[in-house]
Amino acid sequence: MLRHVKRRAGTAAARLYLALVLAFLYLPIAVLALMGFNDSVHYALPFEFTTRWYEALADNRRLLRASLNSVFLALANTAIATLLGTLAAFALARYRFRGRSLMQLLLLPPIAIPWLITGTAMLVLFFWTGIGRGLHAMLLGHVALSLPYVVIVVGARLASIGPELEEAAASLGASPLQSFARVSVPLMAPGIVAAALFAFAVSFDQFVISYFLAPPGVSVLPVEIFSAIRKGFTPEVNAVSTVVIVVSMAALAAFAHLARFGGERGAER
Amino acid sequence: MSAVALHAVTKRYGSLAALDAVSLLIPDGSFFALLGPSGSGKTTLLRAIAGFVEPDQGQILIDGADLAHIPAHRRHIGMVFQNYALFPHMSVFDNVAFALAVRGQARAAIRRRVADMLDLVRLEGLEERRPRQLSGGQQQRVALARALAAEPRVLLLDEPLGALDKRLRQEMQIELKRIQRAVGTTAVFVTHDQEEALTLSDRIAIVDRGALVQVGAPGEVYERPANRFAASFLGDANFLCGGVQGTAVAVAGLGLVRTASPLAGPQATLAVRPEKMRLAAPDQAPPGANRAAGRIAQRVFSGASVTYVVETAAGPLRVFQRNGGEAMAEEGAAVAVLWSPQHSVAVAE
Repeated sequence: MLRHVKRRAGTAAARLYLALVLAFLYLPIAVLALMGFNDSVHYALPFEFTTRWYEALADNRRLLRASLNSVFLALANTAIATLLGTLAAFALARYRFRGRSLMQLLLLPPIAIPWLITGTAMLVLFFWTGIGRGLHAMLLGHVALSLPYVVIVVGARLASIGPELEEAAASLGASPLQSFARVSVPLMAPGIVAAALFAFAVSFDQFVISYFLAPPGVSVLPVEIFSAIRKGFTPEVNAVSTVVIVVSMAALAAFAHLARFGGERGAER
Repeated sequence: MSAVALHAVTKRYGSLAALDAVSLLIPDGSFFALLGPSGSGKTTLLRAIAGFVEPDQGQILIDGADLAHIPAHRRHIGMVFQNYALFPHMSVFDNVAFALAVRGQARAAIRRRVADMLDLVRLEGLEERRPRQLSGGQQQRVALARALAAEPRVLLLDEPLGALDKRLRQEMQIELKRIQRAVGTTAVFVTHDQEEALTLSDRIAIVDRGALVQVGAPGEVYERPANRFAASFLGDANFLCGGVQGTAVAVAGLGLVRTASPLAGPQATLAVRPEKMRLAAPDQAPPGANRAAGRIAQRVFSGASVTYVVETAAGPLRVFQRNGGEAMAEEGAAVAVLWSPQHSVAVAE
């Protein structure tokens, strides 16, 4: 009897704890989104519903251009980093070559080094080598930054598959390229999709690198939001932030859906 | 004509020789067993033939062609892996068709061949299933069909039945033998299961610590084991040691144990299979038979047979008796163990 009560109390405590964690995570976002629909510039209550901040967004050319830049950068970065990172992960997992362990070890520091420092280093290097600033430099920076994530995520997936299926493919006469395309890639697919999501997120949310490598007149969404805040906090910032959140969530949902069926879909071809 | 020939193949991992100058001829069309305990190098040998392990020294030939520097995918082999390694993202049809598809064969030809193969392994109607929807025995059949689809020169099997339960294993042994006979492909298989080696193969190579101990037909290896390891790993054996006196060995406590052939050296070890020994009343001493008096220390009943452990002056002897319906000897009873001289086989240590 007592044990029963104790267990119920334990479950209730766990539920409360979970609710607190979720509130901690989502309450600020919920308030942010809500205030984007409030009429007052000064976030004053009572709440009066309006869509005028969203209408203002549609006329904000700077913001639209920055958004386009962000989306373009994120997509290009996802494609390049996922491709290069997947190939690198495969090489690291399946081939023995000189410097392999060193390369594997060197993948980790870029994740640990603060982006501010990486950004400064890139700015200096790009200035030095004549690469300069601009969308191309930002793309280079984003790819460099997201590559380790892709290698690690795809590598983890590869480690769980093991080389046996590739040996089976070879024993059946498949060349390394055929084996890679017909066996390895379909089996890696869930990992590749997850890695692509990482790459997209690293680029789309990237402020520091983008801020350092953007020349005057070229901007991306996070940088644009930051400068908007500096000029003065208006509900327009809430509106654009809400749009970014919705887009990110949609991308996440789409990727998650693909990831779930990745292995199976690869099978059909 | 030998399908596969190995000449002094050596493979070292650090200071450990996984294969130590192994030379072996595998006859065309034979079902060849590599039998040994785990870590004996038998799997390394199979993987060297497949092309997944590169020997440090020596030569491997298939149909007289040297395989050095020829990658696995151009060796034209078929391989059945220990846990089958079926492609989980493909249907049964696509698994079996794989070797044909990568060779760019026409769709119609592939469809015909896959149908034939599934017919051979008796899996018609399961084309669209995924491997994980199949039982262990069915997966085994798919793996076999997949390996045989492109008519490989040699079929390699790595502990092919190890993952199946006993009943299914016995069933698949018969199936495997039937299929190998039907296609006539030279098959080399690795096993640590002596019964499997005896049942399936027409030649056995016993492998121990990277070297071949004995190669021969199952009956030959079983009846004339070359050394103590071969005698005890393939089947069960009682060992009796002592000084040589002509064609007999003076075993401490037993007196002279006779053999059917002359012995070399001052000392000899004799191996006697437990089923070659029989129990008799303690006063019996038929002329011409070897005899050891003792007392039954243990009786193990296993249905079709009974194993007795008889404590004698020369140590415990294991006696294996078919259950023919006679009254069984009781534990503690005094008995005589009898066996014929021709079943006392001299083996090297």
